[in-house]
This record gives sequence, structure tokens and C-alpha cells, in this order.
Amino acid sequence: MADPMRIRASMAGDKVEVRVLMSHEMETGQRKDASGAVVPAHFIQNVTVTHAGKTVLSAQWGTSISKNPFMHFRFKGGKPGEKVSISWVDNKGERRTDEVVIGGG
Amino acid sequence: MDIRRRGILKAGGGSGVLALAAAAGLFRPGEAFAQQWNKAAFETKSFADTLKALGAGGSTESAQIQITAPDIAENGAVVPITIESGIARTQTIAILIEKNPNTLSANFEIPDGTDAFVTTRVKMAETSNIYAVVKADGKYFHAAKEIKVTLGGCGG
Repeated sequence: MADPMRIRASMAGDKVEVRVLMSHEMETGQRKDASGAVVPAHFIQNVTVTHAGKTVLSAQWGTSISKNPFMHFRFKGGKPGEKVSISWVDNKGERRTDEVVIGGG
Repeated sequence: MDIRRRGILKAGGGSGVLALAAAAGLFRPGEAFAQQWNKAAFETKSFADTLKALGAGGSTESAQIQITAPDIAENGAVVPITIESGIARTQTIAILIEKNPNTLSANFEIPDGTDAFVTTRVKMAETSNIYAVVKADGKYFHAAKEIKVTLGGCGG
């Protein structure tokens, strides 16, 4: 199981500002190890962010997103104390979901 | 009459299988959509092919898309990129890196209520144009910016 995501969600005016740092190798499948064997691709393909049962951002990623992916975005309609939930699924079917409570501005 | 009954039977059988699969924990309802991954688009190797695979063939250049990224990236493994679209009803924002082994890097879906703004970090193999391709109100627009890379991000 992958390490937990580090998520920060805080109010910025009437919007919720979300910053998330995920823990993932994001292996491209292009790299070779010391013996010359190709290191198989292992990367996050889908990311979904939900708030109050509604998707506020979803993404499809390729192998060129950096190792330990970072993402920053803003959405309307959230209030302090409510939860934001972020999930990812990688190309091997591994998945992780983490939640954070929206903080004040 | 007979044909209709057959249709109903078929529909019933289908949902039965789905329900079984759900019960077995193969997938949870609502997740099917989230797991779509546009394999064809992510395997493309040029700007034109990626546009085609995204269905964005007729994309026009727009000054309302802003790409914020360094002019020179010392480390191609971690290049911060922010894309903001000023186009009304922006639905998706895609990041394309022309000279990477695979052009398409990410495609974000922006629902109503979410700003047409996203920041992430990407890997770049070499100096290249990056493109932001935005779908707004069913039409496609793009903008480009060149980023010079001193050390490529694919050697590890």
C-alpha cells in the first residue's frame, strides 16, 4: 500500500484551494536498471477529487507526470469543516483514497 | 410483443451480472466512469496525433489560455506547470509535451464550479514546446510555450 497523500484544503475567499502531494514512483517504462532490463511502467492513471458527493476534479495521467505527483486547484461550494476526498488508481490496479477537512482561510 | 419481452430479459440478465460483479467487490457503482483511461491518446507521439486522439483536430490557438512555467528548467524531472483558461465554460484542460516519448501528459476534467485552473509537475525529456489544450463549450483551443531543459527527466 502506498503512503498516504498529503492534502491541504483551505478557504480562499468563496473558494476552496486544494493542494495535494501523492506518494508514487511514476515509473515511465522507458528507464533501464543497472543490468539493462527495462523497468516496467508503474504510474497513476486516474485521479478523482470529490466534495459532498460531487466530483470537483478528475484527471487522466500519463507517465510524464513527475514522481510524487503534485496538484493544485480551486473549486466553489465548500465550507470549512467539510471533507474533500481524493482517490487515485494506477496502471497495476493499486489504489488509495485520502480525506481532509477544509480549513479556514 | 415477443421482441419486447426478449429485450427486457436481456436487460434483466445484464444488470444481474453487473449486480453480481458489484457484490463480488469487482467494482463499486460509480467508479466505472472514473477509471476510464484514454489509452489511444496517451500512446500518441506527436502534437497533431494527440489532438486527433482527443477529438480536438480543429483546435484553434487562443490568447485566453495562460501557461505559467519556467522558461528554463534545470531539472527536467520536475517542471512545474500552471494552466489557466479564461475561456467561458472550460470543460477539460490537457497538457501536451511535444518532444516527450509520449506527447500527452495529463487531461483534467473541470466540472461546473471548479476554476479552469490547474497546477501540476511534469517530466520533460528535452527542450520542447508544451501545449495546453482546452475544451470549452464543446470547442477546442490551445496555447504553447517553449521550455528549455538543461537536464532531461527520463534518465532517472
